[in-house]
Amino acid sequence: MNQDSNPLWSLVWTFGLMSLFAVGGANAAIPEMQRIAVEVRHWMTDREFADIYAISQLSPGPNVLIVTLIGYSVAGVIGALAATLAMCVPTAALAYFVSRWLARSRRSQWPAIIQASLVPLSIGLMAASALIVARAADRNWAAALATLAAAVLAASTRLNPLWILVVGGCLGFAGVI
Amino acid sequence: MPSDSPPAAVPAPAIPASTLQPPPSVMALFFAFAKMSLAGFGGVLAFARRGIVEEHRWMTADEFNETYALCHFLPGPNVVNLSVVFGSRFRGTVGGIAAFLGLVGPPMVVVTILGALYMRYGEVDALRRVLAGVSCGAVGLLMSAVFKMMMPLIRRRDVAAFVVMVLVFVAIGLARLPLQLVLLVAVPLSIAITFIMRRRGTA
Repeated sequence: MNQDSNPLWSLVWTFGLMSLFAVGGANAAIPEMQRIAVEVRHWMTDREFADIYAISQLSPGPNVLIVTLIGYSVAGVIGALAATLAMCVPTAALAYFVSRWLARSRRSQWPAIIQASLVPLSIGLMAASALIVARAADRNWAAALATLAAAVLAASTRLNPLWILVVGGCLGFAGVI
Repeated sequence: MPSDSPPAAVPAPAIPASTLQPPPSVMALFFAFAKMSLAGFGGVLAFARRGIVEEHRWMTADEFNETYALCHFLPGPNVVNLSVVFGSRFRGTVGGIAAFLGLVGPPMVVVTILGALYMRYGEVDALRRVLAGVSCGAVGLLMSAVFKMMMPLIRRRDVAAFVVMVLVFVAIGLARLPLQLVLLVAVPLSIAITFIMRRRGTA
């Protein structure tokens, strides 16, 4: 499937690097995950990626768990562990040291400026994420309409997101979508 | 997912510092984060806030917002960063690791089981239809999260931020350029713009 002799190593390398570039969190890194998993490494098809995204949203826990599923599909349970740790540990270590350093140093204006300047980047990345999963998920008009309805519902109510996913699943099972 | 938005989205009911509870033990950290994480459908942040600030009273709302702001500003999964920073603040490195394992371990088991079921039955027609429906819901949730994050920019009529946002969207979503390359250009550009705008604002 991929040319690398050891898929575990390419998982660790891919997600270890991504960890340090994932501005805006796991959901903002979806386009990069899709690009690497589908287009560069050919670990899965576009449809499988969309399925895995849906499964990761359906299960509890942090959004980063989509990485667990990519790792699992490449190299089983060991792959799941390796990919998840690679995605979490570098940035968690960074957060650990930066928080210690900030606790000791005088507050300057720079953290606030950098933080404010990263906000539009995160939004742009997440919008790209939405586009990429929508492209794979919305293959007909009914699906596109259901997506739009879910978006409006989520934006205008305080409904638990799980219900929106469950209703989507039921509509899909009934053959509406 | 919508709740993993910027820290500004977190309202802060005031809890006086005097009502704070004693710092949690290492085991308490693990179980508290495991519980928040397993309750957290569509993002753990809201549940982490409720657990840490309201239920256990380990931090005030302001302390929580500050801690989260730091974790949002660093790369990587925000809530994962939060668990490590939070745990280590109370119980050093071991506490950080305990909170991290609590956050990621149990849901990882759940998601791996779901993944195994998918690998086995992924081609069953009924499951395909269900997943197609769930996907629509998931994409809708993501869109609403993007929309909610965009609202403050629209309200402030922040044109510069909007331009940066659209450029990143086009580069990553349409042109499909590598993330590192885009960030290498966009991060310094956005910092420079923000810096200049603030200068102008205060002058």
